[in-house]
Amino acid sequence: MLLIPCPFCAMDRPEAEFRHAGEAHLTRPPDPAAADDAAWADFLYHRANPRGVIAERWRHVHGCGRFINVLRDTVSDRILASYRPGEKRP
Amino acid sequence: MIGSPRHEGMMQRLLVGRMFQGRLLPESMRTADGGRVERRTDIRFSFDGADYLGCGGDTLASALLANGVHLVGRSMKYHRPRGIVAAGAEEPNALVAVVRGGGRTTPNLRATQVELFEGLEAHSQNRWPSLNTDLGALVALAAPLLPAGFYYKTMMGPRGLGLWHRVFEPLVRRAAGLGRAPRVADPDRYARYYAHCDVLVAGAGPAGIAAALAAGRGGARTILCDEQAEPGGALLSEIAALIDGIPAREWLAQSLAELAAMPHVRVMPRTTAFGCYPHNMVGLAERVTDHLAAPSPDQPRERLWRVRARRIVLATGAIERPLVFPGNDRPGVMLAGAAREYLLRWGVKVGSRVVIATACDTAYRAALDLATAGVAVKLVVDLRAAADGPLPQAARAAGIAVLAGGRVLGTHLRGKRLDSVLLGRGDDGRRRWFDCDALLMCNGWTPAVHLHAQARGALRWEGERGVFLPGEPAPGVESIGACNGATDLAMALAQGAASGGGAVPVVEGEVPALPGPAHVDAAVAGDAFVDFQNDVRADDVRQAVAEGFHAIEHVKRYTAGGLGTDQGKTGNMNLLALAAAARGTPIPELGTTTFRPPYTPVSFGTLAGPARGEMFDPVRTTPLHAQAVAEGAVFEDVGQWKRARYFPQAGEDMHAAVRREVATTRAAAGLFDASTLGKIEVVGPDAAIFLDRLYLNAIATLKPGRCRYGVMLSEAGFVMDDGVMARLAPDRFHVTTTTSGAAHVLAHMEDYRQTEWPELRVWLTSTTEHWAVLAVQGPRARDVLAPLVAGDISAAALPHMAVRDLKVAGIPARMMRVSFSGEQGFEVNAPARHAPALWDALRPRIAAAGGTVYGTEAMHVLRAEKGYIIVGQETDGTVTPGDLGMAIGRGKGDFIGRRSLARPDMLAADRRQLVGLLSDDPALVLEEGAQIVAQSAPPPGTKALGHVTSSYFSPALGRSIALALLAGGRERTGERLFVPLARGSIGVAVAAPVFLDPQGGRLHV
Repeated sequence: MLLIPCPFCAMDRPEAEFRHAGEAHLTRPPDPAAADDAAWADFLYHRANPRGVIAERWRHVHGCGRFINVLRDTVSDRILASYRPGEKRP
Repeated sequence: MIGSPRHEGMMQRLLVGRMFQGRLLPESMRTADGGRVERRTDIRFSFDGADYLGCGGDTLASALLANGVHLVGRSMKYHRPRGIVAAGAEEPNALVAVVRGGGRTTPNLRATQVELFEGLEAHSQNRWPSLNTDLGALVALAAPLLPAGFYYKTMMGPRGLGLWHRVFEPLVRRAAGLGRAPRVADPDRYARYYAHCDVLVAGAGPAGIAAALAAGRGGARTILCDEQAEPGGALLSEIAALIDGIPAREWLAQSLAELAAMPHVRVMPRTTAFGCYPHNMVGLAERVTDHLAAPSPDQPRERLWRVRARRIVLATGAIERPLVFPGNDRPGVMLAGAAREYLLRWGVKVGSRVVIATACDTAYRAALDLATAGVAVKLVVDLRAAADGPLPQAARAAGIAVLAGGRVLGTHLRGKRLDSVLLGRGDDGRRRWFDCDALLMCNGWTPAVHLHAQARGALRWEGERGVFLPGEPAPGVESIGACNGATDLAMALAQGAASGGGAVPVVEGEVPALPGPAHVDAAVAGDAFVDFQNDVRADDVRQAVAEGFHAIEHVKRYTAGGLGTDQGKTGNMNLLALAAAARGTPIPELGTTTFRPPYTPVSFGTLAGPARGEMFDPVRTTPLHAQAVAEGAVFEDVGQWKRARYFPQAGEDMHAAVRREVATTRAAAGLFDASTLGKIEVVGPDAAIFLDRLYLNAIATLKPGRCRYGVMLSEAGFVMDDGVMARLAPDRFHVTTTTSGAAHVLAHMEDYRQTEWPELRVWLTSTTEHWAVLAVQGPRARDVLAPLVAGDISAAALPHMAVRDLKVAGIPARMMRVSFSGEQGFEVNAPARHAPALWDALRPRIAAAGGTVYGTEAMHVLRAEKGYIIVGQETDGTVTPGDLGMAIGRGKGDFIGRRSLARPDMLAADRRQLVGLLSDDPALVLEEGAQIVAQSAPPPGTKALGHVTSSYFSPALGRSIALALLAGGRERTGERLFVPLARGSIGVAVAAPVFLDPQGGRLHV
């Protein structure tokens, strides 16, 4: 079970308190109506799913309730950083 | 005659388990002294119905061997007689069921790990009708017909293979598989613990104990766990060596006493570290009561520990490898190290006349110790060309014959036990049968790197010894002792002490075993087994490679080698060597299969812990649950909720009760508990903008005091949830969701609030539990309510889709004019604690108005008559609002899901659309989920045009009705289609989905 540092609670909390919420830093097109089908499909469905470091969202659902961003290595499960939504990927 | 080795086996078969002059016969193979068992305690136990005696401290395996019993099971596929091979967790053959009565039957336990207690009842598995007379063994005659991949090939036969399905498959299924699960519920309790420590040491052998001592002396909070009843590992069968000047067993006792005296150290016997998980978490399974004859009812049977350790020290030892030769699976053929352990730890001779076959020096220790105990060690066959290390020399000096460069070519069974082996020399072709009752084998040792690898540590190949050793470990994990390649006591203790920065104990009197490579004859054929438990032979491995299964993971799955309860602990390295040879690839290039938890099987009870029965999932009841019970409700489960489904009166079945509830509600009034609806209070200056962006409907234009139906879409454009938005004030909404969607919708809203539009000033609060909802529906609903309400609820003052805060029966309530029945409707939201009082006030007025209480079933019929959808019933995650005939709210800009609705596929004319269906036979109620086609007798393969989503008998129409999703459905109104069912094709007419009051006149009165 992962230990996830919550940047709002400022401590490591067990994975069981969180719910995974998919890849981070996906940008919703500012004017969706102007996005062509390919761009929209990209936004909706296409994910990087990297082998290595991924920026992903978790929600501290049984804690502060906040969505957070986490940098995790998908090979080793090592967590390199966690930060608040809207902050730049370190 | 008893003393004559020739007849010993036969006498045992005649006498074992029999009473002799009223007494059980003593164990025939127990030594006079030595070992760690309590000889003065006779423990009576039974195996397959026969009674035996054992000693305190025995395992079932050591006690059976002490009684001369080797045959303990039948193999899975060929039902070959099998004996005890090992002495520990790696045992592949000796799987037994322990029966304690009352649902306490545990199958697939390794006899080597079952502790003996008075009255233990154990049974062998995989035999019918009995272990000695197993009809399944006839399968062995068909062995050439059951090669690797047999199941895959046969199951893929053409459909015409009826004989297979009717006759052979049931037989094979009965004959295959391991053990039988008990059929009654497990009566025991299982506990869950969480623990944190500085150092967790897995394995209490010499290395683990040295590591725990070093950690404990340094003040670290330490947990030392070991899967066995007694900590000590290899020290328990060490009689020669001195550690720091005292005998090894004394050093063990002193060390354990020192650890026990440290308050910050916890030593946990009978505790298996079964899994190593990310971020230094280790799963431990502690067996608390299984070894007790009379367990206390106050104790849990097992405990699951989740330990988070700063440092994980793995001292899990090494597992001895068998040799692969024809007939290596006979009862009486076992691992040399195991035979030595049985002798030195339990005082049991595994045979009277033994031959030892080895490719490794350590087997000579067994030869020397057995000879010292008076066992006739007839010959050591060393598969290596030369055997001249210190241990072979010591054996020769003790008068033991050693044949270097020898081979085992076959074994012979008499009755149920080995009686001779065929030996030869590698080069000259000479061969000779040797008489013996036990053949001890050793093909080197495999470091138990399981936990290291589970934690995603790398493995590195050491070719000289033919082993994978721990490479770069996961952070915070280290391996010490035999699992890290230590080959003797001194190395193990040194690595253990070093892990905690402690002083290294000095070892004397140990003859070193020189490391050497494993021996695998790439051409060995016949009944040469690689994996005993899964009956995989060397031939099967070669065949798998020949058929193109080149990756080791594929070889594993195709042959089943390495599957099962032992996960190939003894066999995997031999299998790997054979597969590598067949491919002509070096072993490290082939790699290993993935190591996954658990290391040894963990019972479902332990994993489930207290989470079963009522504790499996919370049960949610509404504030009006007691009222529903008092009304005689029949409940249904809706997610975690208990909801009143219908309220039968005397003599009514569900259909009669539902017809009455529906008809009475339409004729007069009905009272319904809608408290399970999800409720979210959306508050803030930007609340309206926020909801406008999340719902299909125009929320921003909604006036305070008014309600609007809202449909929530996923960003992909599909209907996700629906509910009512009630605007209480410009900056305050009361939003309802579906019962099952409540948590998901709130999470969805929070996601957009926190991450997509953090600039919006809006706050969300779940109020599901705060508000009870009493729905009063029907033409007399207002008559029922009005006298109780402090205020005007006339149609003019409180029209359809209006909301007011009003007092009802003195209780502050949020009153909404909404209807899910198509009738004049009020939903009274009352604080949960006042809900029973409100019910009590309303209930007599409902009765006086000629009304009824109704349940979810009537609610479904009422809404279906009106064509109101239920998300999750009319929708399935592929349904758009357009499919349901719903339009985007007027004047709306972008909202979640809008762009997706413009995708070409979302606009296709043949999308499945919501329609009504009326069957030709008005009495016939279609099956929900039934498919719809155009022909009455569609040929196989015909594509369905749609499916039935809801289907009921409608009291209002006096006939059956159905809702359906139908391709291009709205254009098909009036068409006649068919619903093919098993009993024949049903003709149906396509209709509009609203069957009652399409103008909505009944709503607005």
